[in-house]
Amino acid sequence: MQKIILAKTGNEAMALAMKQVNPDVVAAYPITPATEIVQIFSQYVADGEVKTEFVAVESEHSAMSACIGSAAAGARTMTGTSSQGLALMYEMVYIAAGLRLPIVMANVNRALSAPINIHCDHSDSMGCRDAGWIHIFSENAQEAYDNMIQAMRIAEHRDVRLPVMVTTDGFIISHGMERIDTLPDAEVQGFIGKYDPMMHLLDVKKPFTIGAINLTDYYFEHRRAMVDAQNNALKVIKEVGAEFGQKFDTNYGLIEKYHLDDAEVAIVALGSTCGTAKVVIDQLREKGVKAGLLKIRVFRPFPTEEIVKALENIKTVAVLDRSDSVGGFGGPVFTEVRSALYGSAKKPQIAGYVYGLGGREIDMEQIEKLFMDLKDGKFKADSVSYLGVRE
Amino acid sequence: MANLKELAARGDKFTGGHRACAGCGATIVARQALLAAGDKPVVATCATGCLEVVSTIYPYTAWDVPFIHSAFENSAATISGVEAAYRSLKRQGTVTEDIRFMAFGGDGGTYDIGLQALSGAMERGHNMLYICYDNQAYMNTGIQRSSATPKGSSTTTSPNGKKIPGKVQFRKNLTEIMAAHGIPYVAQSVVGNWSDFTKKVEKALAKGGPAFIAVLQPCRLGWGYPPELTAEMGRLAVETNFWPLYEVEDGKYKLNYTPKERKPIDEWMFQQERFRHLKRPEHQALIAQIQQDIDARWDHLNKKCSL
Repeated sequence: MQKIILAKTGNEAMALAMKQVNPDVVAAYPITPATEIVQIFSQYVADGEVKTEFVAVESEHSAMSACIGSAAAGARTMTGTSSQGLALMYEMVYIAAGLRLPIVMANVNRALSAPINIHCDHSDSMGCRDAGWIHIFSENAQEAYDNMIQAMRIAEHRDVRLPVMVTTDGFIISHGMERIDTLPDAEVQGFIGKYDPMMHLLDVKKPFTIGAINLTDYYFEHRRAMVDAQNNALKVIKEVGAEFGQKFDTNYGLIEKYHLDDAEVAIVALGSTCGTAKVVIDQLREKGVKAGLLKIRVFRPFPTEEIVKALENIKTVAVLDRSDSVGGFGGPVFTEVRSALYGSAKKPQIAGYVYGLGGREIDMEQIEKLFMDLKDGKFKADSVSYLGVRE
Repeated sequence: MANLKELAARGDKFTGGHRACAGCGATIVARQALLAAGDKPVVATCATGCLEVVSTIYPYTAWDVPFIHSAFENSAATISGVEAAYRSLKRQGTVTEDIRFMAFGGDGGTYDIGLQALSGAMERGHNMLYICYDNQAYMNTGIQRSSATPKGSSTTTSPNGKKIPGKVQFRKNLTEIMAAHGIPYVAQSVVGNWSDFTKKVEKALAKGGPAFIAVLQPCRLGWGYPPELTAEMGRLAVETNFWPLYEVEDGKYKLNYTPKERKPIDEWMFQQERFRHLKRPEHQALIAQIQQDIDARWDHLNKKCSL
């Protein structure tokens, strides 16, 4: 496979992936730092490079509403948003999943107001973690590109039929330029294949009602069916990731282990911080410190078994959350990982760290110090700390 | 335009067996609108509200056309997406039929929470007909005031009390707001005049582009009158000039009906529970004020129609 090497920001990479997926409909509203994605995509539409109907709606609520209408009509449908935009979509995000519509959304992670802030944290997508969407986090622009392509396949899989959110870290990935390997258009098309919806609204000879009211007699069963779809997605995401790897030499799983198998101290993280952590781990390994990383690529469905297995031989684990569950016991990643480990006989000592809210920098020194603290026992197990904040 | 016999022969696309109240005007709106679409395939959507709730109780449906409901404030945005999908797939040749798109919403889902989505859809020029069945309050949640609720009407959030006699404000004129969008077709119609309504639906669909029809829909529960009087309540609203029948086609205003002799507004109001408290003598001035407003609006509309 001849890949094409390009210099792209995360937003450019996601827009390019969208172009190559060539969806039937994109409905979107501009919001920093995701604006560029649909801005670039609009140019593709204006230049006739895609077959897409672009609906420049008047709000994110309408963006997701239009995506729902479009996907229910059997059209391959995508959108992009961030932060307040995703928050405004929130009601419709649940409906998209509840109606089992394979919409793919690029979400550029950004903090939520107030105070207003345009920089990265994961509060926006974490706010939607229980909505029934599949959540895939990207470490860099390359993964953002690859994930967007795989997302379409995962969403449309007959055993899944759920919307997928692919995230990048706002500004860090969205605006940082990187070298990425891209695929020829035809290869992307070949990979995602032709979409054949089971039923759709434009099939006027077979009228059906979607979005009917469910009372006490059916609602529970339909919600339960979503859980099955999420469980099915665990397998489908791995299959799609493996097939992607077979074709394009980059394997994707639910999690990624970096020097984890023989690690004594490890951190668990999502997104761009994993890249920083990998560099630190390389340096620590040279000094003889057995440090490792567990990167969670897929946060929903939560890969419980794989995470428990990956951490069972580690002595000490720090879970990094780039969002907080205010008033709760740590951020969502910490509570989930800790909960997953609870029933495990061989479980590590674990501590939660909330970091980087509103784009606060996390640098190599901080991560190195964190590893050394874990190693030296300078942490309190089963506690939550705030990293890099003036207190 | 189809006559009654032709309409009746078409067969219902909004069928019986739904759970609407006896005498419900909303279901008449849906049934007649789909009849008026004739043989052309229609995809419909509906805002959350009475019409949706009574017609789609899973696993049943009263809609014999493809139908989607997603939320309360977004039937215009939802159908925008369906219509965009249609344009895309038609261009690509995967859909071949000539399909029409209809969105329904009550006054709450249209005048209030859905106004933004509606305005956006109209501005973007989607080929769709939006029909607002205006029963003048949030009937589905138990008769709360909306911006379509007329002055003096008692609702559960604008009750007649010791100090305040029902809703204080006059209703919003949504039809004029829609006309200001400069879309190809805007009209007002009423439950109780099938011919006026179905003609307008036919016209709106034939016209192409975005179209909007506000239909005054008497609600026997929220208004408080015997169920057999629904059509009568609608007609009387027209005879009192409370609800003029008119249309705005490509910006040109046209009055479709002028009462031979305008009836006083209290003739319509006092048949309804929601205005009953205004019968008391101390509210005469308020009735006079309401009448004055109706007359002024009528004069204003007439001027527009004579331009």
